[in-house]
Amino acid sequence: MTDTTASSPLKRTPLRDVHVKAGAKMVPFGGWDMPVQYRGIIEEHRAVRRAVGLFDISHMGEFEVRGPDALAAVQRLCTNDARTLELGQVQYAALCYPEGGIVDDLTVYRLAADHYMLVVNASNIDKDWAWVTSHSLGRAEWKNVSDETALLAVQGPRAEALVGRLADRDVTGIPYYHFVRGAVAGVPAIISRTGYTGEDGFELYVAAGSAERLWAALIEAGRPDGIQPIGLGARDTLRLEMKYALYGNDIDQTTNPLEAGLGWVVKPAKGEFIGREAIEALRARGVARKLVGFEMAERAVPRHGYRLMSGGAPVGVVTSGSFGPSVERSIGIGYVPAAQSAVGSELAVEIRGAAHAARVVKTPFHPSHTKKA
Amino acid sequence: MANVPAELRYTREHEWAKVEGDRARIGITAFAQEQLGDVVFVELPKVGAKVTAMKTFGVVESVKAVSDLFAPVSGEVVEVNAALPKQPELVNTDPYGKGWMLVIRMANPKDVDGLMSAADYEKLTAGGGH
Repeated sequence: MTDTTASSPLKRTPLRDVHVKAGAKMVPFGGWDMPVQYRGIIEEHRAVRRAVGLFDISHMGEFEVRGPDALAAVQRLCTNDARTLELGQVQYAALCYPEGGIVDDLTVYRLAADHYMLVVNASNIDKDWAWVTSHSLGRAEWKNVSDETALLAVQGPRAEALVGRLADRDVTGIPYYHFVRGAVAGVPAIISRTGYTGEDGFELYVAAGSAERLWAALIEAGRPDGIQPIGLGARDTLRLEMKYALYGNDIDQTTNPLEAGLGWVVKPAKGEFIGREAIEALRARGVARKLVGFEMAERAVPRHGYRLMSGGAPVGVVTSGSFGPSVERSIGIGYVPAAQSAVGSELAVEIRGAAHAARVVKTPFHPSHTKKA
Repeated sequence: MANVPAELRYTREHEWAKVEGDRARIGITAFAQEQLGDVVFVELPKVGAKVTAMKTFGVVESVKAVSDLFAPVSGEVVEVNAALPKQPELVNTDPYGKGWMLVIRMANPKDVDGLMSAADYEKLTAGGGH
């Protein structure tokens, strides 16, 4: 169940001891010692859908870039058009290789006129840091603030009320994918209306040294809201029901943004960026395969790496799968040939040598309740 | 500390067996379900199937993991828990009761002598892991 082959010692977030004390089951994830669950994945999943959950995602990486050419550097690295970002706005994007494969997916924050923050996946911090600093340009100064930054996510229908009670300013007016600087429970924070669950909520960037104080304040103040700490297990089932991609599972160096359904964050009209030519050539040709969502006819669980079959022949591979606690059935996502990607296409998943029926369905699997932009 | 009923016998793979005459009722232990987390699917043989001691007879899937199930004894499946397809969570909530999996008519009731006592099983799991 757990990876015991890790060669280097696991990294710890500032909240690691808090999780252990709370009885969390800890597992290695991307080189980090992380809570996979506290009371149970399904209960935690439902707490986020119905009330509010608190996540420690301090393992995520944060890079800042500033200077007269900061925008130009971001534009060269990212597939999306950061020129359209206003102060206080956030944008989802990908970093690509020249061949079109994905280095990472990330969010870009415009902190000030010539000052941006890139938030990257934990398992990719070292790779991404090497990539952005070696492909930067001009007068752009990079700083890796991952170690000094903690990140707490407050997600669920009660998140706005809870964060609103603790914040020093109104948070109800923060649109989706926007942020303000303020304080929550007296802790200076970037209060960002973003998340990875499909629920309304916030991600709070704070100094690592303040993480424990903010965590305790949210748990205490959230008691009447039914707050629960949420581990990576429920984080995964929540994002899966939204068909949000997970780097290393659904996207990686061998997949491109178009086949992954991320064409909407690729903006060739903005000008040059790394990977543009390859992706445009691909767009002109048409992609051979597509990342689709499927549901199983029965409860057997599709998992990463299982084969997708059609007419008895292998046609693709499952990239993520689980029992979906809100949709109450087994669901998955995976790559299939474009011809088999339409909603309603009949597939099978090979599970322990036997074909189990599956069908391509509309996604997200569960309706999104994020704040409307 | 997980609950280990004294009247049951155990395997190293965390199944329990309850002897009922020439039959054995089997399931997985409280320790096993705790390690697995939320059980979402149990794949079991049908009535009439033969199982062999210490060979796999099925699979239990939690949200995070897939685990093989090992038969404590050899014999023929005479009952299968019909509640589990709809309510696999019974394995979590009541592993020694409503979460039972099979009843096996034992080919060789002496198989039971090879299983662990509650005291030995408790020692095995006292370390907290495999």
